[in-house]
Amino acid sequence: MGLPRSIKNSRRKGRAFTVVIALLSVFALLAAGCGNDDDEAQAPEDTAAAAPEATTAAAPEATTAAAPEATAEQAPAEPAPDPREGALGDGSLGVVEVEEGDAIQIRSLQSITGDTASFGLPIHRAAVLAVEDYGQVRGFDVDLGTSLDDLCSNDGGQAAAQIIVADEDVIGVLGTSCSGAAVAAAPLITDAGQVLISGGNTSPALTSDLVGNPGPNFVEGYYRTAHNDLYQGAAMAKFVREDLGFSTAAAIHDGDPYTQGLAQAFVDAFEREGGNVTGFSAVNKEDTDMVPVLTEIAAGSPEALFFPIFQPAGDFIADQAPGVSGLGDTVLLAADGLLNANYLPLPQTEGMYFSGPDQRFGQNANESTGKSADELTASYEERYGEPPSSAFWAHGYDAATILLDAIEAASWTEDGSLWIDRQGVRDYLYALRGYSGIIGTLNCDDFGDCGSSKITVVQNLGGEENVQESLNNVVFSYEP
Amino acid sequence: MVPRTLRRGTPRTGVDWFLTFLRVSALTVVALGLLAFIAQEIDSDNPFARWANPDATGLTGEQFWGLVVSGVSQGAMYGLIALGYSMVYGVLGFINFAHGEVFMVGAMTGMITSNKLADAGMWESNFIGSLVLIVVVSVIVCSLTAVIMERVAYRPLRGQPRLIPLITSIGVSFFIQNASIVLLGPAAKAYPDVPDWVKTKHTFLQIEGSRILVILVAAASMICLWYVVERTKSGRAMRAVAEDSEIAALMGIDVNRTIVKVFALGGAMAGMAGILWGILFRSVIHSTGFLPGIKAFSAAVVGGIGHLGGAMTGGLTIGVAESVGPLVILEPLGVSGVSQLRDAVAFAVLIGVLLLRPSGIFGERLPAEDRT
Repeated sequence: MGLPRSIKNSRRKGRAFTVVIALLSVFALLAAGCGNDDDEAQAPEDTAAAAPEATTAAAPEATTAAAPEATAEQAPAEPAPDPREGALGDGSLGVVEVEEGDAIQIRSLQSITGDTASFGLPIHRAAVLAVEDYGQVRGFDVDLGTSLDDLCSNDGGQAAAQIIVADEDVIGVLGTSCSGAAVAAAPLITDAGQVLISGGNTSPALTSDLVGNPGPNFVEGYYRTAHNDLYQGAAMAKFVREDLGFSTAAAIHDGDPYTQGLAQAFVDAFEREGGNVTGFSAVNKEDTDMVPVLTEIAAGSPEALFFPIFQPAGDFIADQAPGVSGLGDTVLLAADGLLNANYLPLPQTEGMYFSGPDQRFGQNANESTGKSADELTASYEERYGEPPSSAFWAHGYDAATILLDAIEAASWTEDGSLWIDRQGVRDYLYALRGYSGIIGTLNCDDFGDCGSSKITVVQNLGGEENVQESLNNVVFSYEP
Repeated sequence: MVPRTLRRGTPRTGVDWFLTFLRVSALTVVALGLLAFIAQEIDSDNPFARWANPDATGLTGEQFWGLVVSGVSQGAMYGLIALGYSMVYGVLGFINFAHGEVFMVGAMTGMITSNKLADAGMWESNFIGSLVLIVVVSVIVCSLTAVIMERVAYRPLRGQPRLIPLITSIGVSFFIQNASIVLLGPAAKAYPDVPDWVKTKHTFLQIEGSRILVILVAAASMICLWYVVERTKSGRAMRAVAEDSEIAALMGIDVNRTIVKVFALGGAMAGMAGILWGILFRSVIHSTGFLPGIKAFSAAVVGGIGHLGGAMTGGLTIGVAESVGPLVILEPLGVSGVSQLRDAVAFAVLIGVLLLRPSGIFGERLPAEDRT
C-alpha cells in the first residue's frame, strides 16, 4: 500500500511474467504427458487455478488465454516467418484476438448528459468522426460501441468503467471528460490491461507534477491529449501578474480534482511570480448562495479572484461577487470549465478573463487521417448542426487517432484473425514523439501527458451574439 | 432544560449520560467559537482571538451584515417551502418528500414565463407587473401539481401505513425531476436579467433590492397563509381535520376536499418560493428542488413540525445559521475549508435542536392518533 504506484506496477508485471513462464512449462509438461487429452479444454482451467494474478493472460475466455501460449510455443518450435514481426509488445498483458468479420472494440466514456455535456459531448462526437475518418485497422473495422456517460463524477466513472472492463475484447477507452471520473475509472480500466486516453482531463494528480514525480492518481496505461493544469495555472498566474499587474489574488475551487488542482496550480504559480495569495477556499457543487464564501475571500481584498469551476456554481459566484463588500472591483477569472457557449452570454460574465487551451488550430492537420482543423469543424457542424461547444473536441479527435495508430502498431494478422498485444499498445503510446495532431505536436512523457499544452487567456466581450468573437479574443498566450 | 428522567428521580441510563455529553459539547463548541469571534472583533491582536486560528481575520460590520441578510433571504425561502411540509404532515401525518420538486416546478415555470415576457419586452418595461404575472402563473401551476400529486399518488394510499405514502413521495420526486429533464433538458436555465434597481444595493440598509423583495414577499405570503388558516372557514376545516379527521368528517367537513386545499396551499407557497429563488439566483436546473427541499424539511422539524410559525422560524434559523455559522463559529476555531461546510452546519442545527428540544422550537403538533 505504501509503495509508489510505479514500483508496485513493475513488481506486479514482473510477477505476471514469471507466472506466464511457469504456466508455459506446466502446459508443455501436460502436453507432453497426456498427448491424447483435449489440451484446449484443459488449459484454461489449469491456468486459472495456477495463476489468479495474471488476470488477462489466464482469463477463462479461450480467445485471450490461448494466444500468448500458442505464439510463444510456436516461436521456438518452427522457425517459419513470425507473423507478429514488427508488432510491438511482449504479450505480458495478454493478447486479444479479433476474429474475421468482427470489429476491434474500443469505447467512449465522456460526460454526455447534464451540465458538463457541453464539454464532454464534443469530445465524444470528435471520436466518432475520427473513427470514421480513420477507416479500418489492418482490414478490420473499429467499433466504438455504445457511448457511456462518466456523469462528471467519481461514481459515474467507476460505474461506467465496470461495464467496460466486463467486456474483455475492449482494447482502449477514449475518456473521461472529467478528471474526477478518471480518478475512479483509470485504475479499473488499466488493471484490465486496457488503455484510457482522455481528451478532457487536466488534473495534475492523474499524471505528474511535470518535474518527474507521479501524481497521487497516476496509473500506467493512462494517457491524455489535454494539457496538464500546472501549465494552465502558470499561464493564468503569469497573465495576472504581468499583464494585469496585480500583486494580490485569491482562488475558489469546488472540491473536484480538476478544480482543486487548477486552483492550487494557480496560487502556487502566482506566489512563484512574486504575488500574494490572500485567500483559498472551496464551495460545494450544488451551492447557490455564495455570499458566505465570497465574504471569506473578501476579508483579504484580492485584486483578482480565480474560480476554475463549473456551471451552475460559476453563475452564482460571478453574479454575487460584485455585491459583496470588498469584492466590488475585483477582477473575475475562470478557466476552461466555464469557457463555453452557455456561460459566456450571461450578463454577469461580461469582461471576465478565461484561461483555456489554445483554440487557434488554424491549418493544423491530423497526420493519421490527413484532416485539417477547418475541415473537421465543417464536418462536425454538418453532422451535428452546431459548432463544437468546447475546444476539447480537437483533443478528443487526436486521442482517438493515436489510439488507433497504437492498435495498428501493436497488432498482426494470423489465420485470418487480428491479434492485438495489450502491452504493445502501451509501448507505442509511451514512445509517441512528434505526432502532428489538430492541437499541435503531441509528445507523450512517462506519465501519460501527451498534449501540446498551449494555453491562451481570452476576455469575454459579453452578449449571446459575441460568443465566437469572445473565444477568439485572445489577450495572452503561453507555451511551456 | 432539565431532562424529564431527572425530574422524576428515575435513575439515569448510559444513553442519558451520552446525550448530556453531546448537548454539553455542542454548546461548548458554539460558545467557544462565538467567544473567539467576539474577541477577534473587539481587537484582532488579542491572544484569545488567535489561540485556535492564528490566520483568522474577522469580518467587517458590512460583511457580517451581508451574511445575515443573505441568510435571512435564503431562510425565508426555506420557510416558505417548509410550510408545505408542515401542513401536509399536520393533516396526513406523513412527510411529502416530493414537495421540494413542487418548488422546482415553480422556479421552472417562472423561468419559462419570464423569458417569454422578456422576449415580448414587458419584462423591462413593466418589471413589477411581470413579476406579479409570473407569481400568479407559478402559484397556479404549483398548486395544480401538488393537487394532482395528491390525487394520483397519495389518495389511493390513504389509510395505508404511513411508510407507504412516504416511499411513494420519494418516487414522485424522482418522477418529477426526470420529467423536467425530458421536457426541458438537463442544462441549467437562466432567468432574464433583472433591472438595475433590483440588483444594486439599497443605500439605506445596504441590502440588494432582490433580497428586500424576497424578504417582503415571504413575509406577505406568510401573513396571507396565517389569515387563511386561522380566520377563514376552510382554514378552520383544515385545523379540524388536523385535530382529528374522523370527528371532523362526522361534523360534516369534507375531508378529501380539505386535504386537497391543504396541498394546494402548500403548493402555492412552494411556487412563491420558486419565483423568489429565480429572482435571487436567476438560474434553475432539474435538481434545484432537492437540497432546498431537504433543508426546508429540516426547517419544519427544527421549528416543530405541523406548526406554521415554527416552519417559518425554523427556515430562518437554518438559513441564518448556514450563512453565518461557518465564518462566525467554525473559522475562529481553526476549521479549514469552512465554506464547504455550510450544509453540515445546517444539519448540525437540526441535530442540535433535536438534542436540546426533541419536538422542535415550537413543539410538534401531532395528529390525534399519535397523541393518544
